[in-house]
Amino acid sequence: MTTLDTPRAGSPAPPPPEPPRTRRARLRVPARVRRAGLPYLLLLPALLLELLIHLVPMGVGIVMSFKELTQQYIRTWGDAPWSGLDNFRVAVDFDAPVGEALLRSFGVTCAFTVLAVGLAWLLGVTAAVLMQENFRGRGLLRALFLTPYALPVYAAVITWSFMLQRDNGLVNHVVHEQLGLTDSPPFWLIGDNSFFALVVVAVWRTWPFAFLILMAALQNIPRELYEAAQVDGAGIWQQVRRITLPSLRPVNQVLVLVLFLWTFNDFNVPYLLFGKAAPESADLISIHIYQSSFVTWDFGAGSAMSVLLLLFLLLVTAVYLLVTSRGRKHDG
Amino acid sequence: MADTATRPAAPAPTPAAVRAPVRRSPTAPPRSFVWTRRIVLSLLGVFTATPVYVMLSSSLKPLDDVTGSFRWFPSNLTVQPYIDIWDTVPLARYFLNSLIVAGAATVCSVVIAVFAAYAVSRYRFRGRRVFTVTILSTQMFPGILFLLPLFLIFVNIGNTTGIALYGSRGALILTYLTFTLPFSVWMLIGYFDSIPKDLDEAALVDGCGPLGALFRVVVPAAIPGIVAVAVYSFMTAWGEVLFASVMTNGTTRTLAIGLQGYATQTQVYWNQVMAASLVASVPVVAGFLLLQRYLVAGLTAGAVK
Repeated sequence: MTTLDTPRAGSPAPPPPEPPRTRRARLRVPARVRRAGLPYLLLLPALLLELLIHLVPMGVGIVMSFKELTQQYIRTWGDAPWSGLDNFRVAVDFDAPVGEALLRSFGVTCAFTVLAVGLAWLLGVTAAVLMQENFRGRGLLRALFLTPYALPVYAAVITWSFMLQRDNGLVNHVVHEQLGLTDSPPFWLIGDNSFFALVVVAVWRTWPFAFLILMAALQNIPRELYEAAQVDGAGIWQQVRRITLPSLRPVNQVLVLVLFLWTFNDFNVPYLLFGKAAPESADLISIHIYQSSFVTWDFGAGSAMSVLLLLFLLLVTAVYLLVTSRGRKHDG
Repeated sequence: MADTATRPAAPAPTPAAVRAPVRRSPTAPPRSFVWTRRIVLSLLGVFTATPVYVMLSSSLKPLDDVTGSFRWFPSNLTVQPYIDIWDTVPLARYFLNSLIVAGAATVCSVVIAVFAAYAVSRYRFRGRRVFTVTILSTQMFPGILFLLPLFLIFVNIGNTTGIALYGSRGALILTYLTFTLPFSVWMLIGYFDSIPKDLDEAALVDGCGPLGALFRVVVPAAIPGIVAVAVYSFMTAWGEVLFASVMTNGTTRTLAIGLQGYATQTQVYWNQVMAASLVASVPVVAGFLLLQRYLVAGLTAGAVK
């Protein structure tokens, strides 16, 4: 607001434009061109960086996927021989070990994503709807619910890995020692249980985001809708079903897509929970690619898998956007 | 929210009001709703708070308490882990590295994003849509996609020019821009769009150049949004694991990787791990909770609309 006062406080408006005009005339580029060029000038730093950090690496990544880029060529990857589609062929040959492992990892990732996104979304909606009205302690609870999202992921997940330790963790202390649900303390970070451990940790970590976005979306629903419903005699549960949930639909569509992309691509949670080599039941795709690349040092194969992953994500996103936008058209 | 609180519970008992009981007014929801709310929110609260409690309580335990069977409460309260963490691993150096890397990535991306977002928000030009779509789509790509090529590029630049990018803080900052920059641009476009164009047009008429309008009108008006974007960028960079796990060496290691140093071959110092985790969390959690309102408004301005 102070800026609006400056013209009034300063000298009258006419004089200032004068000197620039003469100066402009000297290094005369037509004003139209200057104006047209300005947005590009403003964009230049972002464009250069975009090129440097996104476009060039993606190009290089695609080139890499067509090369035989094993350990001996890492330092001089330009010399690595071309291998055509070999990397892709190996990746999708589901009868051979590499392809089989990739397929299994893909399956695990899909199951994990569906479960984790579904649960995170459900918890987020539930909490947001229940906290729409004010009550005592609401602010405090809200801050608590947002904490998992604010914590650095490594601090949070390391704590979970401590809680999931077989011999000295909280989970087994409760499940085995206090409740006596199992005969012997189960392993949570190796074997089949690790899938569920991963889902729980991922849900704990992501549901606050859904909560945050949905809370904000709920504030945009006009109060008059509820008041009108009340006049018509609708109870609070009916209001939730008939007003709150339908109003959230457009936000939900974006939210679910974002949650899907994050969860599907998640590297941090599995890496911090299990390390470089995740148990088979929790071998998410990004860990799998990381391991294929940095443990076995076959960058060609890793790149081919990355490209396949990218194609899959683009496909899912396109289909999803198409389906949801069609639904929206029907509504309107 | 405020107007619901002051709204009278029920009007005079006309026939219509008799049909709609007082209970249904938003200030006094029915018991079924209140009880559902209490139970569900308590369960969620326990689920959310347990790890936080474990982190805090374990950081105050002597080593014997964390190596044996789990204890809910410390056998004797000690702050020794908070003293030991600085010697077991060079935590102060990791802290400094995280601060430099996350701080530099934040400053770079926000400054560059301010210009870019201003251009996109205020001008119509060829390629505008291509730019925004590119920015948006890079946000959906997994980090692993950029990790392999960037790693190779850095290694190769090092080999051909002798500039040791790989393992340096500068290279790590650059890789962090892969996620902080698109996010900042995207959020700031939304934020700048919400500032009335009349404001900076008035400044242009008053003789400001476009940059003058940006820095004297748009930026001051968008401070909450810029703060939100900066905090969020800092948080993500502070917590980043993937690039840090590959692109750092002994001297440039960040907290994300450094904390793994508390696990030795024979022993995991869980009480120290928890203390160090807490120390690493305090700056971002404090920032987040303090700036929560800005953050929520900033995040949702871009995400919801």
